[in-house]
Amino acid sequence: MRKNGFARHALIETLHTVQSAFGCLDDDSIRFVARSLRVPLSQAYGVVTFYHYFSLKPPGKHTMTICAGTACYIKGSDKLLAAAQQKLHILPGQTTEDGQISLMTARCVGACSRAPVMLCDGEVAGETTGEHMLEQLERWAVE
Amino acid sequence: MTIEELEQIAESVRLENDKYDFEVNVCMDLACASQGAGQLKEALVRATEASGKNVLIRRTGCMGPCSNGPMVRVDPEEIFYSHVNASNAEAIANSLGGEPVSALQCDLNEHFDKQVRVVLENAGHIDPEKIDDYIARDGYKALLTALTEMTPNGVIHRITESGLRGRGGGGYPTGLKWGTVAKAGGDLKYVVCNGDEGDPGAFMDRSVMEGDPHRVIEGMAIAAYAVGASKGFIYVRAEYPVAVSRLTTALREARRRGLLGNSICNTPFSFDVEIRLGAGAFVCGEETALLASIEGRRGTPKPRPPYPAVSGLWGKPTLINNVETYANIAPIVRNGGRWFADMGSERSKGTKVFALTGKISNTGLVEVPMGIKLREIIEVIGGGVPDGHTFKAVQTGGPSGGCIPAEMLDLGVSYDALMAVGSIMGSGGMIVMDDTSCMVNVARFFVEFCMTESCGKCIPCRAGTAQMYTLLTRICEGKGTMEDLDLLVSLCETIKETSLCGLGMTSPNPVLSTLKYFKNEYIEHIVHKRCPAGVCNMEAPVEVLA
Repeated sequence: MRKNGFARHALIETLHTVQSAFGCLDDDSIRFVARSLRVPLSQAYGVVTFYHYFSLKPPGKHTMTICAGTACYIKGSDKLLAAAQQKLHILPGQTTEDGQISLMTARCVGACSRAPVMLCDGEVAGETTGEHMLEQLERWAVE
Repeated sequence: MTIEELEQIAESVRLENDKYDFEVNVCMDLACASQGAGQLKEALVRATEASGKNVLIRRTGCMGPCSNGPMVRVDPEEIFYSHVNASNAEAIANSLGGEPVSALQCDLNEHFDKQVRVVLENAGHIDPEKIDDYIARDGYKALLTALTEMTPNGVIHRITESGLRGRGGGGYPTGLKWGTVAKAGGDLKYVVCNGDEGDPGAFMDRSVMEGDPHRVIEGMAIAAYAVGASKGFIYVRAEYPVAVSRLTTALREARRRGLLGNSICNTPFSFDVEIRLGAGAFVCGEETALLASIEGRRGTPKPRPPYPAVSGLWGKPTLINNVETYANIAPIVRNGGRWFADMGSERSKGTKVFALTGKISNTGLVEVPMGIKLREIIEVIGGGVPDGHTFKAVQTGGPSGGCIPAEMLDLGVSYDALMAVGSIMGSGGMIVMDDTSCMVNVARFFVEFCMTESCGKCIPCRAGTAQMYTLLTRICEGKGTMEDLDLLVSLCETIKETSLCGLGMTSPNPVLSTLKYFKNEYIEHIVHKRCPAGVCNMEAPVEVLA
């Protein structure tokens, strides 16, 4: 916040910083940011819920993100996602009960030339196959 | 910093580079890096040191043909190696000065011959984190020339003369936009760069920001001088962390060299740029929504007019251009408007970068002169559809664009020609589909995207996209009727005419264009309950997992 001079318009920057430090934005942190930047809590909450990137829930230990961009879709990312859902018994955006794995979708990570793409804890892996992904999920599940 | 100092830096970089006998350029763009380009570079450094040869190993931005990654180019011979991994490093090091490694060598002449590189002229030739590399390739020369030898009006005149049109998709003449902002009153104006490349399937702007960040900054600085602004913002998607870090480094280096900040080049002109992060909202690519987001609010569009050129950021006149538009500015100022206008077609000048993806052999970035035939892009540069499948359609313009069928491949690429066939130029995504793609399903995919990305401010878009999605889902599940088709068309027309912003207005495009060119697929789904491509599941819908 200090870096941006406590400017009100730096709300999104501040929320990014908080989320990258704590993993998610809980009630306390949103209240704190809103008060510090002197923006109405309603605006801060509105911004958090408007943008997909912000999360109100803590993520799992590992995150499997499947790109749902057009190029990935054409190359079968929908099947990858379905397989992951079946394997983990969760919907995209949820975390397994043991808190090990979160399943997310991304709008497009810009690695379309290597579609379909998955991100394992933020690492891009291109030309993904179903087996590939399930192997990774299994490794994580026992960790 | 003066022009003489700039030339000194360029000269010293050239002298430094001349000390080496060979240059080995390693592409470290996302696609190559995810396949181990990092280890490859380290291995190359070790191997060349061991061989005792005088070699410069350079990390570069995207070279273009991403499907061949990781890529290595050896200069001065310009030998391309594809699919290189760390274990090949020794072979490459030993081959320097002798015969190239034939097993890794790839022939990309056909791929590159048809291309004209303006925006990507430095791609694969400079280290994106070294400002001196950029200066050595005429970087910042255009800015300093403009500041010392041209009036702001002269710059605008040159841009107008070039015929450059906005590369974000709308195709608004850039010179005209600059002129409007320049004429707007008030002493505080802003320059904004739209790097919110939300269009899924497109990554040109990411490559430019990551591979040649100074080019964008130089373009913005020239724009600021022309319109009389002193503050700039680059709005980048949070999904592009590398782009953010490269731009941050580039801004720091430019400030250090005195190319940003107060009294640039001993003139009264002052300019600085801040980076603003997006947070994953497609609608923020729309200019009024983007401005709202920069101000730290929800990214919802506003009705226009007033246009941002008159009342933008905090109510001040604001110039908004796309990354690729800014990337074109420096070469135009350097080489003149005529030079640019000589390329391209009648009403679309210059070149355009496309991200070629989907069912095609050579995926990656290509830059072609406007007016080139789609067939040339897909069959010659792209190498055609792989695995013996047949080409069905090419989708341009992302969720706002349309699908162009095989019969129309001889169409020349330009803003107007694409508009005429029901698609748009868009930011430059080009996704090739073959006979295994179901067009109804593809239309449904885009409508779903627009539905989830609709900001919810105006009803035609919020409710209309949801209704389109329901209708298309019914058709995909084999429950559609012919009446649904008529309903779909009239719904599309309504959304098109009544939505507030570009997202809503163009959201029916994928449906309308597929209905126009692939109506028989829709009819197959409805009448025969059959999906010709075998994609749609016509049985009971799969139970959603709880």
